[in-house]
Amino acid sequence: MPRTARDVVFVDGVRTPFGKAGPKGIYHETRADDLVIKCIRELLRRNPGLPPERIDEVALAATTQIGDQGLTLGRTAGILAGLPQSVPGFSIDRMCAGAMTAVTTTAGSISFGAYDVVVAGGVEHMGRHPMGEGVDPNPRFVSEKLVDESAMFMGMTAENLHDRLPHITKQRADEYAVRSQEKAAKAYANGQIQQDLVPISIRRTSPEAGETGWGLATADEPMRPGTTLANLAGLKTPFRPHGRVTAGNAAGLNDGATASLIAAEDVAHELGLPVKMRLVSYAFVGVEPEVMGIGPVPATHKALAKAGLSIDDIGLFEVNEAFAVQVLSFLDHYGIADDDPRVNQYGGAIAYGHPLASSGVRLMTQLARQFEEQPQVRYGITTMCVGFGMGGTVIWENPHWEGK
Amino acid sequence: MSTTTTATTAELLRGAAELFPDEVVTQAHVRHLDLPGAGRFALITLDNGFDHTKPTTFGPQSLANLDAAIDQVEKEAADGEITGVGLTGKPFIFAVGADLKGVELLKRHPDALAIGKGGHDVFKRLSQLAVPTFAYYNGAAMGGGVEVGLHCTYRTVSKTLPAFSLPEVFLGLVPGWGGCALLPNLIGADRAVSVIIENSLNQNRQLKGQQVFDLGIADALFDGADFLEQSLLWTASVLQGKTEVVRPEVDRGEAWDQAVERGRAIADSKVHGAAPAAYRALEIIAAAKSGDLRQGFDAEDQALADLIMGGELRAGIYAFNLVQKRAKRPAGAPDKSLARPVSKVGVVGAGLMASQLALLFVRRLQVPVVLTDIDQERVDKGVGYVHEEIDKLLLKGRVNQDQANRLKGLVTGSLDKAAAFGDADFVIEAVFEEMAVKQKVFAEVEAVVPKHAILATNTSSLSVSEMASQLSHPERVVGFHFFNPVAILPLLEIVRGAQTDDASLATAFAVAKSLKKTAVLVKDAPAFVVNRILTRFMGEIQNVIDEGTPVATAEKAIEPLGLPMSPLVLLELVGPAIGLHVSETLNRAFPDRFTVSPNLKAVVAAGKRGFYVYDSGKPELDPEVAALLQQGDTVLTQEQVRARVLDAVAQEIGLMLEDGIVAEAQDIDLCLITGAGWPFHLGGITPYLDREGVSQRVTGKRFLEQGLASVPA
Repeated sequence: MPRTARDVVFVDGVRTPFGKAGPKGIYHETRADDLVIKCIRELLRRNPGLPPERIDEVALAATTQIGDQGLTLGRTAGILAGLPQSVPGFSIDRMCAGAMTAVTTTAGSISFGAYDVVVAGGVEHMGRHPMGEGVDPNPRFVSEKLVDESAMFMGMTAENLHDRLPHITKQRADEYAVRSQEKAAKAYANGQIQQDLVPISIRRTSPEAGETGWGLATADEPMRPGTTLANLAGLKTPFRPHGRVTAGNAAGLNDGATASLIAAEDVAHELGLPVKMRLVSYAFVGVEPEVMGIGPVPATHKALAKAGLSIDDIGLFEVNEAFAVQVLSFLDHYGIADDDPRVNQYGGAIAYGHPLASSGVRLMTQLARQFEEQPQVRYGITTMCVGFGMGGTVIWENPHWEGK
Repeated sequence: MSTTTTATTAELLRGAAELFPDEVVTQAHVRHLDLPGAGRFALITLDNGFDHTKPTTFGPQSLANLDAAIDQVEKEAADGEITGVGLTGKPFIFAVGADLKGVELLKRHPDALAIGKGGHDVFKRLSQLAVPTFAYYNGAAMGGGVEVGLHCTYRTVSKTLPAFSLPEVFLGLVPGWGGCALLPNLIGADRAVSVIIENSLNQNRQLKGQQVFDLGIADALFDGADFLEQSLLWTASVLQGKTEVVRPEVDRGEAWDQAVERGRAIADSKVHGAAPAAYRALEIIAAAKSGDLRQGFDAEDQALADLIMGGELRAGIYAFNLVQKRAKRPAGAPDKSLARPVSKVGVVGAGLMASQLALLFVRRLQVPVVLTDIDQERVDKGVGYVHEEIDKLLLKGRVNQDQANRLKGLVTGSLDKAAAFGDADFVIEAVFEEMAVKQKVFAEVEAVVPKHAILATNTSSLSVSEMASQLSHPERVVGFHFFNPVAILPLLEIVRGAQTDDASLATAFAVAKSLKKTAVLVKDAPAFVVNRILTRFMGEIQNVIDEGTPVATAEKAIEPLGLPMSPLVLLELVGPAIGLHVSETLNRAFPDRFTVSPNLKAVVAAGKRGFYVYDSGKPELDPEVAALLQQGDTVLTQEQVRARVLDAVAQEIGLMLEDGIVAEAQDIDLCLITGAGWPFHLGGITPYLDREGVSQRVTGKRFLEQGLASVPA
């Protein structure tokens, strides 16, 4: 039978405010599944033109798929969110690029014609599920020296990246981090973030962390506006004595969830759904696990090649800020200045936080807002590094683009 | 009185808290949050620190905590630091009202008044803040929990809220923390009467979230999944003026008076004027027409205090505790670990009673149930009945098609007892009520069942021990006496025969629990508990009629008790022939106290189904029955009749307790409430007999110690 690939669009994306993991964090007493369920419900409220039964799949990512992140979250969260029973779902894992992979893999199926509309997102409650919870790495990794032991510890891989690229100093990393905080604070002041946040009711029963009772999370908890270089200079380097990676120039340990609506473009038009971005290409690439932060470099090469574009065609970049050094390695490779205004206009994960498997959709939601604001831009990318040595890049086209 | 009218709220509550040191205290947490677009907001969470299995209640210290929380937000509101105040509960529970344990302890009218006033004083502050207040009914809300929300400016309710009610009248109180005065002014008198009177008097019927919204009690309704978030966003919208809350105008005309009249008619039909709570509530609702809330609150305080110091409420709380607590832990039941599993049930007989039992067993136990009888036609009819009833459940949506298929597949019939019962764990007989017949049936069954199988009898009056006496294993026989209609009346009298062993008894209690029945352990004695008391009661009525008192006088004499139906209407329901049969059995056992009425004999012999005809719509003495009656010439007054009947009942209960028929008087009451529908306000019957001095007069002592179902000494 003749088959035509369909264009795939990003309809809408939302997220919870991100919280700090741990007993004092805003989500300490909130279930992980509830976070992503509330995002799905918000997507449906914001898009009343979408009959829920038209959703063909719910793909949800989590890195640690046990407890309240287990039980085939895509299916169970769909039921708990009130989706019709006929809507199926599954769980997905590519660590930090989980939500990104939820989007790309369902997008591929949409293009193939298997789905019309999907929900794709992710959640990571790192307070309830610390990185590495329950893992059981095969001893051959070490005995056969398949990877260096440091590959298991993301902070160490970032130090390794500093070693490989000695021109990226701690000073540059700190300067980058300060700018990320400044840009995020500015985006908040401009109201560019809040419109895509889903308020979450949060309960606290332990008085050590503040007022008890029910509260409402309406803003990202990790942000540190007003951070200065001097503040960062004195921070500990937990991964290595006299190292370069600190809590200040890296994303923290966070709790949060995201969800997006992805659709075939023709179906979005049929249902009157907004088209915020059009998918151009995507690619994932493996790299040495010891320097996983370099992943976005080859992933972006591959995605550009598939799209027939060059880096110069890209007008906006949303690079996940797992570590400042990882962003800087990407910028250096492509000859982009540290403070290039096209890069992470609203700031990044160093300010907002990085609840692993959820972050990919945060990048997309922010890029979609920037596309809306900047119709002169035609292409943008979302890119991120991934644990155990991978990178992922998605190239998007701005449907508001005015040029030709 | 002066101490309660001049004391501050804090003093009142402190005093009350001293009387109730064991209160499970509810905290009122104040937490601040940013409402998107609507500024800083204070949210109060009511939480007793336990999970949902211990719902949040209001005792005096809990009220003091809420008072302190309101102190804080009142100041913040006055200082312009917050734009509004919200009130919500812990997960699954909003608040379920006053702590009844604290009410039981109150001994003095001024203390009772203080509880009412203390609650009012705290709750009404929520309507007097400088900012609007919002109640978010997130979960179960009852009594004072509902009322605290009524004092707020706005309310939202969760679609998944399972239970919302003002149950006070059900227990013997009035909604006295604002419910009677505020609710009719919010939703109109007619709807308020439905909530406060009608639902309460219909076995404490609960509202669901959608109904709370439809009635106009809540201004907005949100799904459970993100109820609090949506309530808070709605709050922001109200505070910003983007959402306007419009409520329909309350009709303060004739409709109000008609509603109160409707309430009186409901109360009359349920308690026949015998319990004061509904009428006190209706007086306050009637007066609330003026819209004068202060006056309404004062009237609530007085009504609460009067009722708390009255016997009906104490009896009501006692009855509530019986059915809620004692019923779950049957007195005298053996250790439940002794119970054997029951994975197949046999029913001997396929008549109506047997079929009803088969239906109940298959629905609740979901194991194979086999009916046997003497011919195929009867067996087919019995199985057919069960299948039809399951189809009715399917039509009503009580079971789905898969479940109906499963249940029907589990019910079969057989003529071959050996094949039917060879692997049964529990066999119950419901054959003709005659000792020789039942003994024969048990012998046949024992020959084919496994060694461990329980043999149960649904006899209503025969001796269980005698029935077991000819078996090789009499230790496995238990009495399992249901009440008609089996599907509705909760009581199950479990009778221990002389040789019944603990494992068999434990199994019987375990089965009863699975059947969701209220099991009461009863000694093997003629007619057990309910039938014995009812027969003595009816026998005495019959005696005074036979002696010459007009039927109408005898019937009217009992009305002040507020029983669900008059004695002769009950006789009609039971069937005069069965009534006669039981009275004959008891007459043989206790000829000095149980008579066999010649008039009843005549009525039965004439084939009459009852004493009344209903041609006019109301019960009137059937002229044919009237013609049969042979009466003497001793005419008693209503008072005299009542005294004779109550004395007889008290004497019988006294003798039953002496004989150890049940563990305690509480079990008698539990049986009468759950097996005969005797009302909460009588506490079954012994609290009433104590209160009226009957037990003292007849037995020389009370049935229950002072304070158990009465104001403590």
